[in-house]
Amino acid sequence: MLVLTCHACGVTAEETEFHAGGEAHLKRFGPGSSETDFEGYLFMRDNPKGVHFERWRHVYGCGKWFHVARDTMTLEVFGSYSAQTYTPPDDLIAQIEDKRPDWTRKAATA
Amino acid sequence: MSEPVTALNNTSDATGIAAVSEIGPVGMITLRGDLNASYLRKAAAQIAGVDVPAPLGCNSSDNRGIAWMSPDELLVMCPYAEAGETVEKLEKAIGSNFATAANVSDGRAVFRVSGPLAREVMAKLSPVDLDPAIFKPGMFRRTRLAQVPAAFWMTDDETFQIFCFRSVAQYVFDVLKVAAQSGSAVGHFPLAEGQSANT
Ligand SMILES: [Zn+2]
Repeated sequence: MLVLTCHACGVTAEETEFHAGGEAHLKRFGPGSSETDFEGYLFMRDNPKGVHFERWRHVYGCGKWFHVARDTMTLEVFGSYSAQTYTPPDDLIAQIEDKRPDWTRKAATA
Repeated sequence: MSEPVTALNNTSDATGIAAVSEIGPVGMITLRGDLNASYLRKAAAQIAGVDVPAPLGCNSSDNRGIAWMSPDELLVMCPYAEAGETVEKLEKAIGSNFATAANVSDGRAVFRVSGPLAREVMAKLSPVDLDPAIFKPGMFRRTRLAQVPAAFWMTDDETFQIFCFRSVAQYVFDVLKVAAQSGSAVGHFPLAEGQSANT
């Protein structure tokens, strides 16, 4: 079972109180972008086995969006952080690097 | 003046391990805005007659209260008949500052689950840690009851007050009744000293 903490209200609950919102930190390509960029923005997603950054919504609770860093294989949650950011916080990255020495952050999410 | 009718005509059931009853209508006003702003806090507290609660809390006395709904939302509770004028009072008190108040009383249903085993009934239905050491009177929680959104708080050690959308009132009553059916006590939470329960 996945247990998450909402960054907006601080409630910790199992995943059924939340709703997953897919991969975090996508760069939007809108009107005027190339077809390849637009296709990538719409459809192309990472599906890592291991460290992953996602958007979640506290849908049955406070209703707010937030970010979660977790391991897709072990379901270990490294932390939650604000939705109002383009990148994960540095201390969270450092903590993940500590726990997963062979993980490196993909350049595209930087 | 039309007569307010609650979703289930305040039906109740006391045959199980906790008593379940619909207790509407209750005046409910959604107040959204900057919860740190003094104009909003003052207006809400003065009109509701209780302090603005801390995050995840609910302050209530008799039929008035304020519940913390989200980082930018409060629920102001009052007698049903006063909801309309309470919205006007709030809007007047907020004046030219930004906040919105809406009377949502008719869109909701309110229930009470009471008895020494009320915690067990609620714990069967929601993903909330209801250990007496963790969830206490005065705390407020928006969550789900089985398959629908709901919110609840405890007015005392063995009484939950619950509200949900009116459209799912029958479902919530039925699911509470099933969770409270006689013979279904789990015995998970220790009873307070001196308490005995009809299991
Ligand atoms: Zn939340």
